[in-house]
Amino acid sequence: MAHTPFAYNLAHLIGATVLMMGFGLLYQRRMTAVIRTYALQAMALALAAAWQAAIQDAPHLYATALIILLFKGMAVPAALQWLVRRLGIHRTVETALGIGPTLMAGVGLVALSIVLVMPMDIAATAITRESVALAMSVVLLGLLMMITRRNAVTQVVGFMSLENGLLLAAVGAHGMPLVVELSIAFSVLVAMALFGIFFFRIRERFDSLELSYLETSRGDSQ
Amino acid sequence: MIPLLWGILHTLLVVAAAPWATGLTRRVKARLQGRRGASCWQPYRDLWRLLQKDSVIADSASWLFHITPYVVFVAVWLAATILPTLTTDMIMTPAADLIALVALLGVARFFTALAGLDAGTAFGGLGASREMFIASLGEPAMLMVTFSLSVLAHTTSPAHLVEFVLAGHVGLEVSVGLAMGALLMVALAESGRIPIDNPATHLELTMVHEAMVLEYSGRHLALMEAAAMMRQLLFLSLIICLFLPWGIARPGDAAPWLLVGLAAWIAKVAALSVVLAAYESWIAKMRLFRIADFLGGALLLALLATIFLYVSEAL
Amino acid sequence: MVIGSAMIAFLLLGLAAPLGRRRPAVAGLVHLACLPPSLLLLALGLMHLAAPPGTPPQIITLPLGLPGLAGHWRLDRLSAFFLLVVNLPAVLAGLYGLGYAPHLPRPGRVAPFLPLFLLGMNGVLLADDAFSFLLAWEFMSLTSWLLVVADDGNPEAGKAGLTYLSMAAFGGFCLLAAFALMAADGGSFDFALLRAHPGGGGGVLAVLLVLLGTGSKAGMVPLHPWLPLAHPAAPSHASALMSGVMTKVALYGLIRILFDLQPVLGWQWGFALMLLGAATALTGVFYALMQRDLKVLLAYSTVENVGLILVALGLAAAFRAYDQPALAALALVAALYHVLNHSLIKSLLFLGAGAVVSATGERDINRLGGLLNRMPVTGACFLAGACAISALPPLNGFVSEWLVFQSLFHAPSLSHWAMRFGVPVVGVALALAAAFAAVCFVRAFGTVFLGRPRSAAAAAAREAPLSLQLAQVVPAALCLGLGIFPVLVSGGLASVVAPLLRVRLPTALLGWPWLSPIAPGAGSYSALMLLLTGVALAITTVLVVHHFGSQRTRRAPVWDCGTPCALPEAQYSADSFSQPLRRVFGRPLLAARELIDMPAPGDTAPARFRLEIRDPLWDGLYARLIRLVNRLADRVNRLQSLTVRHYLLMMFWTLVAGLVIVAVRPPL
Repeated sequence: MAHTPFAYNLAHLIGATVLMMGFGLLYQRRMTAVIRTYALQAMALALAAAWQAAIQDAPHLYATALIILLFKGMAVPAALQWLVRRLGIHRTVETALGIGPTLMAGVGLVALSIVLVMPMDIAATAITRESVALAMSVVLLGLLMMITRRNAVTQVVGFMSLENGLLLAAVGAHGMPLVVELSIAFSVLVAMALFGIFFFRIRERFDSLELSYLETSRGDSQ
Repeated sequence: MIPLLWGILHTLLVVAAAPWATGLTRRVKARLQGRRGASCWQPYRDLWRLLQKDSVIADSASWLFHITPYVVFVAVWLAATILPTLTTDMIMTPAADLIALVALLGVARFFTALAGLDAGTAFGGLGASREMFIASLGEPAMLMVTFSLSVLAHTTSPAHLVEFVLAGHVGLEVSVGLAMGALLMVALAESGRIPIDNPATHLELTMVHEAMVLEYSGRHLALMEAAAMMRQLLFLSLIICLFLPWGIARPGDAAPWLLVGLAAWIAKVAALSVVLAAYESWIAKMRLFRIADFLGGALLLALLATIFLYVSEAL
Repeated sequence: MVIGSAMIAFLLLGLAAPLGRRRPAVAGLVHLACLPPSLLLLALGLMHLAAPPGTPPQIITLPLGLPGLAGHWRLDRLSAFFLLVVNLPAVLAGLYGLGYAPHLPRPGRVAPFLPLFLLGMNGVLLADDAFSFLLAWEFMSLTSWLLVVADDGNPEAGKAGLTYLSMAAFGGFCLLAAFALMAADGGSFDFALLRAHPGGGGGVLAVLLVLLGTGSKAGMVPLHPWLPLAHPAAPSHASALMSGVMTKVALYGLIRILFDLQPVLGWQWGFALMLLGAATALTGVFYALMQRDLKVLLAYSTVENVGLILVALGLAAAFRAYDQPALAALALVAALYHVLNHSLIKSLLFLGAGAVVSATGERDINRLGGLLNRMPVTGACFLAGACAISALPPLNGFVSEWLVFQSLFHAPSLSHWAMRFGVPVVGVALALAAAFAAVCFVRAFGTVFLGRPRSAAAAAAREAPLSLQLAQVVPAALCLGLGIFPVLVSGGLASVVAPLLRVRLPTALLGWPWLSPIAPGAGSYSALMLLLTGVALAITTVLVVHHFGSQRTRRAPVWDCGTPCALPEAQYSADSFSQPLRRVFGRPLLAARELIDMPAPGDTAPARFRLEIRDPLWDGLYARLIRLVNRLADRVNRLQSLTVRHYLLMMFWTLVAGLVIVAVRPPL
């Protein structure tokens, strides 16, 4: 087995942490735990970006790391927690497919992405296959989360985790010029999505804030 | 001659150190919860006191009930003896690889569960049923960890794994990280620690291991308790041996290396015990049926570890 | 010569037995008379195995069989090994039958068929041409079917017999077609010519048919549903033979054809066998875990073990296709080791189950309990069997499992990606199956032999008679022996495998007591060392505990957290034991449902708990197939009442169609 230098190994290990958090998202059953896991994933991603900044000697990636940490690791989870509390969304995650089968499907997707990258022939100095496989797996797991979890908030979390996968690929690539801009753009997109749900839900609420409706269906938050 | 000597010393060491590790975990946990806690040596006193008491055995129990404590204790002791902790240069090390180690722990579990069923009580059966349920997922996860390590190092023998890692053949592999995660999850389950089972509980419906040994008393209970402590130490040692082997002496090293090995092992066991206590204080116990997800997750993690090897191998 | 006399002895016994069918004692005598020929064949197999390597196989040609085709019979190392596998349990079954058969409801319907059944199985092993092979195979099927339906008072047995017969017919037909294809390609029905003609294998279709034919007899998923019906329906010693031995004869057929007659096979077949084996193992053990009937449970466990053997065979085929003969030999040795182990263990367990059933009259494990105190010998032997089949060291089941895992762990070196990703998944399946097997046998032993009796019959049970005990003690001791000396056994097996793969597996690279077949550093196991150290540690423990601790033991009523319940129903039953696993896996896989029938309010009747388990495979595949066949049969039925003109018309069209086929067929 060829030796890969320590720097790459650590980068991959951090990438694997991001992936594990992706599995964690599929594994969690409570909404708050899902959001917390997402925050951890974002923090791991920030770490990955910072580490890439250090080994690639690319200071702009520090900015990316900071944005990811502040925005996705803290602000968005806090907002989501607030949203869950404020809107009285169900505490438990509603699944379209059980936890066990979802996890198994996840492993299948990871295997698929590994099979896909195996024949890729890129020099080890650019993106290594392992990091591509990791990033692709994170993206696929995000998609899986979006299709197997019913609630809107979990779907948004799935989408954001998918986006984390894209960012993981982007920060791992040497000389990717627009990483900072990309991360900002994605963040704005996510913010829009979040506010979208928020406004949607608020409108739904306002529509149903009549006294008579509240009397017939108390506590129905769906 | 030397391997035989080390083997005997190691055999005595694991049985002597096991209550200390348990006592340390209990003490750290107590401190974290704001209590003073008993001293680290308390488990020794407990075991001694239990030894002095008469053994009371249920009328309905069979001869299996009498021999089970000995079988269980010896099986776990044997497993702990074989696993290298200080040096890989021991006579017994080639007698069992990781697969056999898993199976030895399986022997202990098999008989404990049978003893739980023997007296014909509801609680004993409950404990046995749950223990076997947990093991039916934990044991495969451990075998899969072995699988991924053996794909990496082409060996299932713990001593050769240690040598493989110490020789610097393996860096910070993703697979190793995943395998370690899986083993940590299994270790929690197999040594009956918190998210799976609560070693301190005597609330009937949450017991697993405690429910199985409910009918035991006196010296029999002492043996069962000591076996449980040794099992916990065994898992800590297993994690150390497979993933943090630095400090373990190898054949050909001079005798003083063994002292280094001993010091390193004690330090690592202590550190892991503290981490374990902290984790236990931080997390809540799981519902029984959630355990299937938890250990199924460990199994899949170990599977992922194997799959990821293919990528890094192809580099 | 010796073989022939043993075979003729079986035949004469079978033919003579009906003469004394009115007297039960004769049935016992017939079983006793089965012992010498079985022992003879056993000794013969051992002698051939002990012969130095390179000893040529013994070949006999008899003027029997099809016109122009003599009957060829051959004894080589593979046959010799399987003679061992067949006749060791046969000896035990004969011994057991001596005390057991006279008490059967219809001993006269069992005694004649047991020797004939043995004749059929031994014949399959020795046949060296397709005709003799099929003849013996069908003979084996037919006589075993007669054993299944021996108890004519039992409607279940009738249903089981019908299912079994149709499945056996299907399997036999598949083999017939496979041999026809192979003969068309290789030029002869004679195995010697087929062997000398590599490459002429009849192609994909032939291999598929072989797999279906032998797989259906061995209980490979999805061809297994007859097995848990038929094996338990026979008398217990016949069940032991069917489950422990006949499945192995089917596997012998598979090994003989795939590894001897068809030496060129793609890795895809190995891969397919591996996946089928993994599915078989998981399905079998999972159903076993849910059963209440002790004998059905054991039959499902047979399905699991066949799966394990199939995985090892698949690995061997794949390694051979990738030209890694050493690892192929390892996998094949593992498979054969497990064949031997399982034939012993399953015979032991079925004989034990038979002893329990005849002592209590109960097969439902939820109505047994506490038998270890009343039947100590049977209980201890059953415990040994349960430990062995749960792969606990130092017994034999663990060694073969260890070998299978070792060969599996080296399979990722095969370079195709399907293998590399398939192997870990198969590993997960096997590991799960092994763990479930332990759960299954804790459950079985715990409910049958431990706890308090759950019925009056269980409370009044008596130990089995001496011949039954002896027939259990011997295999239990052998289980230990085969477990403690793995180097010896696997060395013998390596000599069986060597002529097939042309490489001899080294079994102890580290020296004598260490089983280390791959490389000195690649993992080793020594049961003897473990046992000796364990004994030393046990003695130390006992001495220390008794020296420093109290030695007194008091008997007292059970404690149970201070609230004991005297009702035996308050114990954990077999169903409650498997409840956690049933809840996690049973719902998706078995459509398991727990129903509680509550009486109407005010009604004082007790609420009833019911458990429903269905076999999705049966519902989805076989039930549909049966409906289809019935519908077709109705259609075809109409053909019976046609006019003569219609029949003539049909004959005419058939003739024309045949002629057209001949006309358009490409010339040979």
